[in-house]
Amino acid sequence: MKKFNYILFVAALLPLLLFKFTLWTIDLEAPQFPEGLQIRIFVDKITGDDEHDLESVNRLNHYIGMKNIEPDQIPELSYMPIIVITMAIIGIIFSFLNKNYLFLTWTIIFTILGIIGIYDFYTWNSDFGTNLDPNAIIKTAGITYQPPIFGTKQILNFKVTSLPGIGGIALFVSIFLCWIKIIIDYFIIKKSKNVTA
Amino acid sequence: MKFKNLLIGAVVLATLGLYLFSCSGDKKEFASSSDAASKVYVAPGEHDEFYGLFSGGFNGQMSVVGIPSGRVLKIIPVFSQHAETGYGYSEETKTLLETTHGFIPWDDAHHPELSMTDGVPDGKWVFINGNNTPRIARIDLSTFKTAEIIEIPNSSGNHSSPFTTENSEYVVAGTRFSVPVPNQDVPIETYKENFKGSLSFVKVNKETGRMNIEFQIRMPGFNYDLSHAGKNASKDWMFFTCYNSEQANTLLEVNASQNDKDFIAAINWRLAEKYLAEGKAKDEPGKYRHNVWDEETHTATSTEMNGVKVLYPEDCPGLVYFLPTPKSPHGCDVDPSGEYIVASGKLASLIPVFSYSKMLKAIEEKKYDKEIDGIPVLNYESVIAGEVDKPGLGPLHTEFDGQGFAYTSMFLSSEIVKWKIGTWEVVDRIPTYYSIGHLMIPGGDSKKPWGKYVIALNKITKDRYLPTGPELTQSAQLYDITGNKMQLLLDFPTIGEPHYAQGILASLIKDKSRKIYKLEENKHPYVTKAEKDVKVVREGNIVRVYMTSIRSHFMPDMIEGIKLGDEVYFHITNLEQDWDIPHGFAVMGNKNAELLIMPGETATLKWAPNFVGIVPFYCTDFCSALHQEMQGYIRVSPADSKVEITFNKGQ
Repeated sequence: MKKFNYILFVAALLPLLLFKFTLWTIDLEAPQFPEGLQIRIFVDKITGDDEHDLESVNRLNHYIGMKNIEPDQIPELSYMPIIVITMAIIGIIFSFLNKNYLFLTWTIIFTILGIIGIYDFYTWNSDFGTNLDPNAIIKTAGITYQPPIFGTKQILNFKVTSLPGIGGIALFVSIFLCWIKIIIDYFIIKKSKNVTA
Repeated sequence: MKFKNLLIGAVVLATLGLYLFSCSGDKKEFASSSDAASKVYVAPGEHDEFYGLFSGGFNGQMSVVGIPSGRVLKIIPVFSQHAETGYGYSEETKTLLETTHGFIPWDDAHHPELSMTDGVPDGKWVFINGNNTPRIARIDLSTFKTAEIIEIPNSSGNHSSPFTTENSEYVVAGTRFSVPVPNQDVPIETYKENFKGSLSFVKVNKETGRMNIEFQIRMPGFNYDLSHAGKNASKDWMFFTCYNSEQANTLLEVNASQNDKDFIAAINWRLAEKYLAEGKAKDEPGKYRHNVWDEETHTATSTEMNGVKVLYPEDCPGLVYFLPTPKSPHGCDVDPSGEYIVASGKLASLIPVFSYSKMLKAIEEKKYDKEIDGIPVLNYESVIAGEVDKPGLGPLHTEFDGQGFAYTSMFLSSEIVKWKIGTWEVVDRIPTYYSIGHLMIPGGDSKKPWGKYVIALNKITKDRYLPTGPELTQSAQLYDITGNKMQLLLDFPTIGEPHYAQGILASLIKDKSRKIYKLEENKHPYVTKAEKDVKVVREGNIVRVYMTSIRSHFMPDMIEGIKLGDEVYFHITNLEQDWDIPHGFAVMGNKNAELLIMPGETATLKWAPNFVGIVPFYCTDFCSALHQEMQGYIRVSPADSKVEITFNKGQ
């Protein structure tokens, strides 16, 4: 047996890219904004591509009565970094301990956290998109302004595209790598058992 | 006998008519060429290759024109009020137009001149002269706004200006009118004894662009017309053409055209600096205004200055030499190498080209014909490099393509003449419509011209466009000069008289063009950075309204307690931080212009209410879908009313 689970080691380190690269990006395009507006969601902050993009988005959102996106008001931004770092440290320790059940446990917890994260993102989007000021300037019956989680949606004059950023992709890769290894290991072990038998 | 004369007359007339007819046929042929359209076509959404910075002449402004399309991109108000943006009307910008004579709403702008590094336009600033009330303005090319205006003392008619040295150490200001110094009440007939010409050297700060009048040279009372700096070996010299060496004081068109030769004054400015350091300069009075725009306070300040350092040629050997130049020379242009100085005598039948190295040799060998007020006049034959013989009629200005050719504008024969440097032979000529003054090749007065196009800056338009009554459009023309033969590509109207222009590769400027002003950097004394901070403050009969604008409302938009006899100042901050979202501001019945406020900027409009009642105000620049709702009311009460100041504010 190998002394070191390098896959887990890599999988534990990969999410640290979140501190440098975006978790998710939302791009808005409209005829009046050929240069586009960008919302960049990091593990610990929300910014625009340009320093004033977020402000511009908030400015536009006031027409439809959407709440301002204020990073200070989003608690996830303060505890997400702690979770990511904790999982990384545990993962690195587990990769040295190199026990199959620890590896499986880490992978399952990490996957569940990922799913909760996406659900949380959906909840925020839904809150922003549907929980609107009743005195909004523009009220359009039957239209929700909820941005998509993944893919493109036309919201009034804006084409909104939501995609994972490099950090988000790293997260997926990390989870994906772990499950691949678990499955391969499972089959190799099964196969080797068969050979022995 | 009589009949025979008539017959001859008729034949002559008919021939002449036929000739004229065929001429106009030629013109049509010239104007349309199969591929001309494609050469100037800039597809929708695409950008032009060059910025053209065109003087507006006597409109006192500058316009930004895309080259080769000829599309006007912006009018930059410089010396003239511009009601559209509130330039010269707002409290902040009025100050830029202050002079020693008080506020002046206009000037005659002539020569844009790009700042240079190592003899090549660097895209930092463009300078332009005010001809009437002598001034130089500096325009910042990141904001395309007038950043500074300095008045020139002891000068009058700032024409040979603001030409710059190789690294923009200086911009110069030569007086077109000689005047008594200090200016005083003397009989005009005493011109020869009392009138002097001043050449001012205005130092430019390398980092900030700030100008200051470093020194003046007091010259004989001639008319100093145009100028250019040397390049490479000749970079320490500045050359000025001058006319009226006759020193006539009336009917100059005849009386100043008597001498066979006037002069180019060659000034060694590096030596002037040395004389200055040695204390050779005299301190003399000279009042002027220095107005500077501050990009953080969004406000101009105007400072009254007095006193200049003056160098006299007779005290400073080697500072100035005169090169005799035929017949009232006008343009004074130096080729990209810096060896040749081209002077264009408006009335001469040739274009003299002087040699810098021959000039140095003549100075060394003291080949002087005479001296004027201590200034040696060099012998013509010993400084001339060559003459372009019979180039055309009325040569004015010359620019260069960097490929060994020079292009001279001919006012009278209305054409551009291309000639070869060194052989001085004319190789091509092409008509202009009509009466070309200056001409411009992007970078064509620098060490490295972008020799793709020449632009004719015309004085007369006549039949080139749909007629618009007696006053016609001003016009320029674009020619392709990449081939052996010049080719007319485009006529385009200009905003104001395109007196002179400069061209620069767009990529040197466009990426550093400013989009907004950051609110956090706004240091205007009356800034309001949030809607919760708006207020209306009464100080006696002065009322200050601290107002904000953002899509799509003003805050406050309801003000009461204003009284007849008040002086109201609206200090409006545009809270937007998004590109291209200016807001306008206009008040009904205000004897003033409007304001156009850029994102993050604060501007102030003065208003003196002149009737009792309700006065509406609104945003003039269509800013958003609810722009029409961007409005408000002010209640004006009688002077003795007890109505208190009230207003609404945001959270």
